[in-house]
Amino acid sequence: MTVELFIQNVFNALTVGSLYALIAIGYTMVYGILRFINFAHGDIFMAGAYLIFFIAFHLSWPIAAILAIAGSSLLGILVDQTAYRPLRDAPRISALISAIGVSFFLENLALVVFTGLPRPAVQPKWMVDPIVVGGVHILPLTFLVPVVTAVLVLGLLWIVHRTRPGLAMRAISRDIETTRLMGVSIDRIIALTFGLGSALAAAAGIMWAMRYPQIHPFMGVIPGFKAFIAAVVGGIGSIQGAVMGGLLLGTVEVMAVAFNPTLSGYRDAFAFVLLIVILLFLPTGLVGEKIKDKI
Amino acid sequence: MMTGSGRTLRNQLSTLVAIILLALFLKWALTNFNGYQIQLLNLVAINAILALSLNFIYGFSGMFSLGHAGFMAVGAYVSALCVLTPEQKEIIWFLEPIFGPFANLHTSFFVSVLLGGLAAALMSFLIALPIMRLGGDYLGIATLGFSEIIRVLMTNLVPFTNGAIGLRGIPPYANIWVNYAWLIGTLYVIRSILKSNFGNVLKSIRDDEIAARTMGIDTTSHRTIAFCLGGFFAGVGGALLGSLITTIEPKMFNFQLTFNILLIVIAGGLGSVTGSVVGSAVITLMLEWLRIVEYPLTVNFSFLGLFQVGPTTIPGIPGMRMVIFALALMFIIIFRRQGLIGAREFSWDAFYGLPSTLKRFYQRRFGRARP
Repeated sequence: MTVELFIQNVFNALTVGSLYALIAIGYTMVYGILRFINFAHGDIFMAGAYLIFFIAFHLSWPIAAILAIAGSSLLGILVDQTAYRPLRDAPRISALISAIGVSFFLENLALVVFTGLPRPAVQPKWMVDPIVVGGVHILPLTFLVPVVTAVLVLGLLWIVHRTRPGLAMRAISRDIETTRLMGVSIDRIIALTFGLGSALAAAAGIMWAMRYPQIHPFMGVIPGFKAFIAAVVGGIGSIQGAVMGGLLLGTVEVMAVAFNPTLSGYRDAFAFVLLIVILLFLPTGLVGEKIKDKI
Repeated sequence: MMTGSGRTLRNQLSTLVAIILLALFLKWALTNFNGYQIQLLNLVAINAILALSLNFIYGFSGMFSLGHAGFMAVGAYVSALCVLTPEQKEIIWFLEPIFGPFANLHTSFFVSVLLGGLAAALMSFLIALPIMRLGGDYLGIATLGFSEIIRVLMTNLVPFTNGAIGLRGIPPYANIWVNYAWLIGTLYVIRSILKSNFGNVLKSIRDDEIAARTMGIDTTSHRTIAFCLGGFFAGVGGALLGSLITTIEPKMFNFQLTFNILLIVIAGGLGSVTGSVVGSAVITLMLEWLRIVEYPLTVNFSFLGLFQVGPTTIPGIPGMRMVIFALALMFIIIFRRQGLIGAREFSWDAFYGLPSTLKRFYQRRFGRARP
């Protein structure tokens, strides 16, 4: 492999990894607080991509992006209020099944409303004019994705670690009942969690659509699974872990195919193999805390 | 009051009568139903087998498994490899030659279904070895991961599976008699296991794993055996499904398939054999009935000449069926979590006791109202 190609692959890995990381944060936050896998998260990602597609017809791109993120955020909160909130006291598996139901509902609704026809993504021209640096062709988008991801993650970490709602969030993930007794409005904090996670997923959806310039109703399924795997690999419940897991998964995927192109048909299986290996040897992930069974 | 052995004899005779009645109904259906309706009857039986196997793994043994489509795929592919004739195989594998030993393999359909089931059981054993110590939703995710890996392998291992093109022209041996015979066999085996000590052990693990371990139960080996048994019947169901629709391809065995079966299990009632059978009938027929929302509907309705609606045509909405279907699952899980049947079971004792139960019910309900 030439050096140029290798550098290009490093950037590819960084971009894909950042996108996985952004989605993974939503999974990890919801899991940290409510202890169930929000299967519908990948479809919020899809919703973000569709929203910007339609809003960008009428408004300029940056405003459309903000509106799309806000809309997806509201959608995430709506999903929580309608499908998960009635099941707070039910066995966790019920919430999981409800989440699978929401996921299928959103996908099929998108199929009905937007049709299955893939749509082109909105790509501002300055993002896709390649820059040539020493024989390496790189799209500005490739730089933009990790930078935006870093800014969003730092913003999120600031909210979680430096604000009162963030404190409440961390408290809930430790012990929901005690936090309730402390006078924290649990439902509001959970809604905030869903809103933040969905906003990040929508941001990832917008950037994903620009990178693979196509939008379709099932675009969130595979990235969703993979991002969840990234969250587990990093250690579910930890934001830093989700970022690490996402970057690791992106690197494994891109580099394995780059070094051994015959494996390209198996690309979608790498994540699952990585998941199973991690579950076997590091069940709590890279940075996860060990949780002991209480009897 | 009947004695214990008399009651057993009565119950066994009743089961026999019920099976004969079912056979008579199927025979009547074969002459009076059209091909589409017979296909639906077939699907009800196969879905019931699949739901029973998932319910056995999840509802009775407490292992949340989302890998059913993977086991079905293994069963369907192995069975198809066995039952296709060597001439057919030569035509199907035109991209790459078929893996040597399989080229001349040809077995009867029954043997092929059995082999499909065994292959799926072997696969579930291999999967169970590493993941049995995971619990709860981690187990679900890991099984889902394996199911996806199986699907990717099926797309890429062309000498075994013919890749993304799939296998076509599988002989349609899975007729109504075969399917219902397998359903009754599955019911018998699963009911016998559940009534045995092994079944009690499984339920105790499901209800409280730590308590079961404290009692000296080897939870891992029990769960592994249960997982393999469930995998076996999933493989059988997959083999029958492949033969029923005569075409299989990797895309067919996606997460949606697992989801459909999970919905049947949940709708029928988790941990109820009766529920899985009833759920299969209700959901399979409802899914077909929901097709009306996808076709244009002409309304032409008049009430005693007083008022007239239509004739207008409501356009069909393609894809709406799955939207309603997903909503149905959410409604069930939010408003009736225990499903149609709950964890109850049909039994002949309850059936014959129905008149006196009803009498007692009405006496209690209305007897007290008298002054």
